[in-house]
Amino acid sequence: MNVMKNMTKRQQPHEEVPAKKLRLTKPSKSAALHIDLCKATNPTDALQYLLSFARKPVEAESVEGVVRILLEHYYKEVDNSVRLKIASLLGLLSKTPGFSPDCIVDDVISTLSNDKSNQVLAQLLDTLLVIGTQLPENTAVTQRLIEVACKHLNSTYFGVRNKCLQLLGCLGTVDKPLTKESEAGTSIAPLRDVQNLISDYFGDQDPRVRTASIKAMLQLHGRGMKLQQTAYSQACKLLNDDYEQVRSAAVQMVWVLSQLYPESIVPIPSSNEEIRLIDDSFGKICHMVSDGSWMVRVQAAKLLGSMQQVSPHFLEQTLDKKLMSDLRRKRTAHERAKELYASGEFSSGRKWADDAPKEKVDTSGVNLIDSGACGAFVHGLEDEMYEVRIAAVEALCSLAQSSPSFAEKCLDFLVDMFNDEIEEVRLQSIHALRQISTHITLREDQLDTVLAVLEDSSRDIREALHELLCYTNVSTKECIQLALLELLKNLTKYPTDRNSVWKCLKFLGARHPTLVLPSVPELLSTHPYFDTPEPDMDDPAYIAVLVLVFNAAKSCPTMPALFSDHTFRHYAYLRDSLSHLVPHLRLPGRKQTAVLGSELSEVGSGSLESAQQFLQESLVRVSTLQNLDSPGAQDLLDFTIRDLKRLGELQTELAGSADFCATYLHCQLLLMKALQEKLWNMAVPLCLKQNAMASTAAQQILEETYKLEFLYSGLETRQVATIHNVRLQAKALQLILTARTKRGSPLIGLCEKFLQEVELFQRLFMSELPHFQDSFVEKLLELMPRLVACKPLDLVKILQTTLRQSRFIHLKLPEQIHRASATIIEPTGESDNPLRFTSGLVVALDIDATLEHVQDPQTTVKVQVGVLYPDGQSHIIHPKPGDFRTPGPGRVRLITQVYLSHSAWTEPCQIEVRLLLAYSSSSSRLAAPKPAWNESTEGLPTSESSVEGTINLSKPVKVFIMPKPARR
Amino acid sequence: MPDIKVTPLGAGQDVGRSCILVSVGGKNIMLDCGMHMGYNDDRRFPDFSYITQNGRLTDFLDCVIISHFHLDHCGALPYMSEMVGYDGPIYMTHPTKAICPILLEDFRKITVDKKGETNFFTSQMIKDCMKKVVPLNLHQTVQVDDELEIKAYYAGHVLGAAMVLIKVGSESVVYTGDYNMTPDRHLGAAWIDKCRPDILISESTYATTIRDSKRCRERDFLKKVHETIERGGKVLIPVFALGRAQELCILLETFWYRMNLKAPIYFSTGLTEKANHYYKLFITWTNQKIRKTFVQRNMFEFKHIKAFDRSYADNPGPMVVFATPGMLHAGQSLQIFKKWAGNEKNMVIMPGYCVQGTVGHKILNGQKKLEMEGRATLEVKLQVEYMSFSAHADAKGIMQLIRMAEPRNMLLVHGEAKKMEFLKDKIEQEFSISCYMPANGETTTVTTNPSVPVDISLNLLKREMALGGPLPDPKKPRTMHGTLIMKDSSLRLVSPEQALKELGLSEHQLRFTCRVHLQDPHSDSDTLSRIYSHLKSVLKGYAVQHLPDGTVMVESIVLKVSSSGEDPNLKVILLSWSYQVNVENFLATVSLFWIRVIMQL
Repeated sequence: MNVMKNMTKRQQPHEEVPAKKLRLTKPSKSAALHIDLCKATNPTDALQYLLSFARKPVEAESVEGVVRILLEHYYKEVDNSVRLKIASLLGLLSKTPGFSPDCIVDDVISTLSNDKSNQVLAQLLDTLLVIGTQLPENTAVTQRLIEVACKHLNSTYFGVRNKCLQLLGCLGTVDKPLTKESEAGTSIAPLRDVQNLISDYFGDQDPRVRTASIKAMLQLHGRGMKLQQTAYSQACKLLNDDYEQVRSAAVQMVWVLSQLYPESIVPIPSSNEEIRLIDDSFGKICHMVSDGSWMVRVQAAKLLGSMQQVSPHFLEQTLDKKLMSDLRRKRTAHERAKELYASGEFSSGRKWADDAPKEKVDTSGVNLIDSGACGAFVHGLEDEMYEVRIAAVEALCSLAQSSPSFAEKCLDFLVDMFNDEIEEVRLQSIHALRQISTHITLREDQLDTVLAVLEDSSRDIREALHELLCYTNVSTKECIQLALLELLKNLTKYPTDRNSVWKCLKFLGARHPTLVLPSVPELLSTHPYFDTPEPDMDDPAYIAVLVLVFNAAKSCPTMPALFSDHTFRHYAYLRDSLSHLVPHLRLPGRKQTAVLGSELSEVGSGSLESAQQFLQESLVRVSTLQNLDSPGAQDLLDFTIRDLKRLGELQTELAGSADFCATYLHCQLLLMKALQEKLWNMAVPLCLKQNAMASTAAQQILEETYKLEFLYSGLETRQVATIHNVRLQAKALQLILTARTKRGSPLIGLCEKFLQEVELFQRLFMSELPHFQDSFVEKLLELMPRLVACKPLDLVKILQTTLRQSRFIHLKLPEQIHRASATIIEPTGESDNPLRFTSGLVVALDIDATLEHVQDPQTTVKVQVGVLYPDGQSHIIHPKPGDFRTPGPGRVRLITQVYLSHSAWTEPCQIEVRLLLAYSSSSSRLAAPKPAWNESTEGLPTSESSVEGTINLSKPVKVFIMPKPARR
Repeated sequence: MPDIKVTPLGAGQDVGRSCILVSVGGKNIMLDCGMHMGYNDDRRFPDFSYITQNGRLTDFLDCVIISHFHLDHCGALPYMSEMVGYDGPIYMTHPTKAICPILLEDFRKITVDKKGETNFFTSQMIKDCMKKVVPLNLHQTVQVDDELEIKAYYAGHVLGAAMVLIKVGSESVVYTGDYNMTPDRHLGAAWIDKCRPDILISESTYATTIRDSKRCRERDFLKKVHETIERGGKVLIPVFALGRAQELCILLETFWYRMNLKAPIYFSTGLTEKANHYYKLFITWTNQKIRKTFVQRNMFEFKHIKAFDRSYADNPGPMVVFATPGMLHAGQSLQIFKKWAGNEKNMVIMPGYCVQGTVGHKILNGQKKLEMEGRATLEVKLQVEYMSFSAHADAKGIMQLIRMAEPRNMLLVHGEAKKMEFLKDKIEQEFSISCYMPANGETTTVTTNPSVPVDISLNLLKREMALGGPLPDPKKPRTMHGTLIMKDSSLRLVSPEQALKELGLSEHQLRFTCRVHLQDPHSDSDTLSRIYSHLKSVLKGYAVQHLPDGTVMVESIVLKVSSSGEDPNLKVILLSWSYQVNVENFLATVSLFWIRVIMQL
């Protein structure tokens, strides 16, 4: 026991120091405060002392002492501001972690009943609120606090009422009705619950109190209490309040109630009809979209999006503005466009007095003020503030997703938003349209408007639009031609969009094979009698056309008959070079490729389930290996790994899982090899070679485990724990090897570190431990007391036996595992022209890359750009958060600029650019005290893959650069 | 009863020559002082002789307020102030003050120099007039004199357009000028707080129109321009120098930037450049986008738009030209039109209304051959497009403003009578407020119900609040106990004690007494003690005392027992209470009741 104490003491020297300090400061902190406060001759001084005191943190143990002193001073103090500060300090102190504030509740409540100043009262209530939220379980305290709140509710000062309502909102319970007996005198007051009490203050004279009362209600709702429907009419009244914060809160309240009681029936005032509550509230919130305050408008527009139960009749009103000109009904431009389209007449543009109204409107029938939802979105989308417009677009989108007919109707409005003055709004509306595009088919005139945006100079907009076109359904073959034409135009204007345009055409072709079919001869410019010149194979526009045609041909077997000879040749070439864009086709007379291809595709399509099964079976097979030493185990592992790798190649859906398993098994295999019998029975000097082998194996396993942990997304805690187990094994192996080769002092440090890691494992994966029976970790944890006490050499010995006896853990696969990957699209690395710049100055290199399945590229793991110069210098560049864009789920686009600089070279040379994944796990942080992602590891001599804490994410791309000496 | 009088001198059931007289709370205010574009004689200015037959207006007007710089709202200003004579303050916003003299000078030049009119105001008069102007800021309350205050609100429409709230005491009037409730490319939407004026004087140009979304029109406009440019054609856009021109410029400028277009855009020089300068300066008056981005780039510093030179019209290749005037009736726009009319690739876009008789009106109506001066005919082959970019509130916008301001009465001006009629009905129907639409020279009188402010002592107020149980409902009137003192011209509400003290009066107490006859054989003191013990047992929670002088006190109610002379058994119980608080009344009744109960025993 003694030894152990000794050890821990020596182990954690840095932790001991603060502990000591803590003991020293405990009495002095409160004492110092006391002295300071006594010294203070006037309130200003006292206030100064308190302010400076508030800046320093107080330890949990000394909080109570400090509180006592503060209270003591409080009673003596006459000045309001000092008392106020003390009250606020009490609140702050009771938030200190580790301090239980229930001991000061009484004091605070008693001061509350004695104080006269309203501000101080409000602050004291605030302190109570803090205490109350700190002690949610203590019902006695809660009950008392509620009583206190009720008592002060009829204060004349708004702040006190505010705080009381807040208290009620945070702590009040619905199930227990309140007695108002504590309230002065009259015992006639009936039993009332918190909601009733709070709702009394909906009509308070002070807008701040009205807001607080609504907020308190919302707080109650947030805490899972069901609000009563009676509050609805009150909330609706508050929608017409003079103050914006009240209206804003009221809108929320109405929304909450509409979600709680969507189907209950409410009467329409001034008529004897009744409607569903959700419809009524929808109309009311719609009304708020044209409120005077833009904050309220944003809120209303946002909330509309989540009211999906509203009846379609009301929903469609939101897009209807009832156009009228000189008392005659006028058709909207949208309606006119639709009619033109329906009648087949081509738009000749609008003429003077073209919107001549058709039918005379009955004057009494025109309702100028919208009774409800009428035109809410029309207003919202035309709003002055772009925040409102964005909110409206979002709401429109989410409503349209749940209602196809509404989606059809709002299409025109979304398309109109493509012309907004703010790019963010345009982008948002393109995204919105993409999300609802499954419901809709674009008409030609709509497509025309959509396609006009392709010329936008903003790359984001264009790419969003390409993405949209991927999902778009169009109605006629003219539409396809139009789209192709515009995309080709886009391609010539912005050649960098190549990949995106091709991809877009791939989907467009695959979606509309029958519409592409009639225009194939035209597209490929073939002629029935004459041979046409063979187009240039390197022309991006021609490739674009081919991508469209081939993808259409995939589901249209008659199409290949229209191809000319060179088309087939080009197909073979493109199938090879751009296999992700060009699908496999069954071409007549091309048996040999077809057979192989069809086999592949059959494996691909039909047998996902069987592949899954195969994967499971392999894992089961492997899991039967109880002992790593058993004969044939190695072979089995070897084969399984091979199988899994192949499976991953064949079955893209399972690639992540298969790779994951293969890597994991590979780790096991390495471990197994390293632990082979003969190695350990020999004397150390005799097996230097084996030692080296084992240590590289250990190193490799470590690296692999980091990959396993950070490169794959979709892992559950259990898998992570398994990986950590393997890592611990590898570390143990390393430790043993070090112990065997080197003797002396460093071993102690290493042992301590190892034990810390074991502890860490226990802390992190406590819940997962039951799954780890007979595993290395479990055994270690069992032996932990012994391990801690024993000498390093003994420890090593124990480790050695445990390591060799421990069981192989069966890997359980989660639903979906994806392997993170990245491809650098730009630079392509094909250019022969070096990038020239003056040495010593900086040149910017544009990087464009797509990341797939990278879990949250900015927070948990960090994607970085690594640049390796020919002289071995390496730089790591951190892209800005704004450089990451998310075009779709699981995909991230990184568009950034990398600044390169170097001293002069005589020849142009290639530098390597690659994407790296920097990870930060708590364990690795412990292992390497220096963080691996310091700003730039300049001049760090690094070999291929040994950048600390990073994993290679993409293949390196070589870029020619040529720093020239500056001319003088 | 006090009332507010509104008399339009112009713009009553009419568009143009806006000039409205308002007298409120004894103050006379002139709202706008515009001219009529349609007349060239005396009718173009408002009839100021309505105010006074001879002499200056200064004595009759407290102030003049100009809503924005359009000539139909400020065109008669120098005439009124310098030629008729007015020396009082003229209020307008900063941008209006900056731009208004430019337009007035331009107008003067055209009428005097070109048309050769005499008896018109001079440049010096414009300058002198401008010296009398007091600039206004948005939401700034300006005290014209001790009682009259005005406050400006943002109105959209054009740069610097404002709505004004005029307030005298508790009576108030809002005048909107021209306003726009939908934002456009360079200006925001009009906004007003819930000021609940007695009268809201609103324009009603589009009283019977509900307009299509602005974005459709913009998109159509851009599409047409773009298509023509791509064909290699030229686009002519005739505009008036200020207002819409800037909006269209911004629209094209951003479109050019977005689409990376290279074709040149020209703007005919002159007045416009000076005006553009002011647009650059008054960024705070523009919309959100321009206000937020001007640090990076001022939207009015056009990159793609250059000054036009006459020789450019013959340049080959596509181009877009903005040229004045807007109706193609004269000047540069007509010259360019003549040059380009023959080519069907070209296009002319009319962004606004065209008066009958102008070339613009003719071509919009599809005329293909135009007779020019000198018997020459011009064949119109180019495409003619019409696109309305008007910045007035439509019927829905007007309704929205009414909802925002919640006025007690409504008054419509600046619109056609027939359309106003329709809107008037609608307003009366939907808001159930009365709505007026006076013609020029017709006076509308609205009776107001002004609130009379009374000072109340804080102590009294607090005491009353403390009495009243739960907090008072702000929406409901409440009775309270106090004394109203009217002294000189001040009204004060004080507590009765204080009132007595101030007025040097002594307090009189009123006591109610009541006799109850009771058959009781006991002696007087016994009866009293019986009553006492009974009341004590019944009225728990109240102070019931038996005083040594032979009385019983229940709170402040005194009970005495005496036997009548004739019948010793017949006791007379005397109850006496002061008229003060309800509780005691109640108690007295309760006491009586219980005594009667005892009696029956």
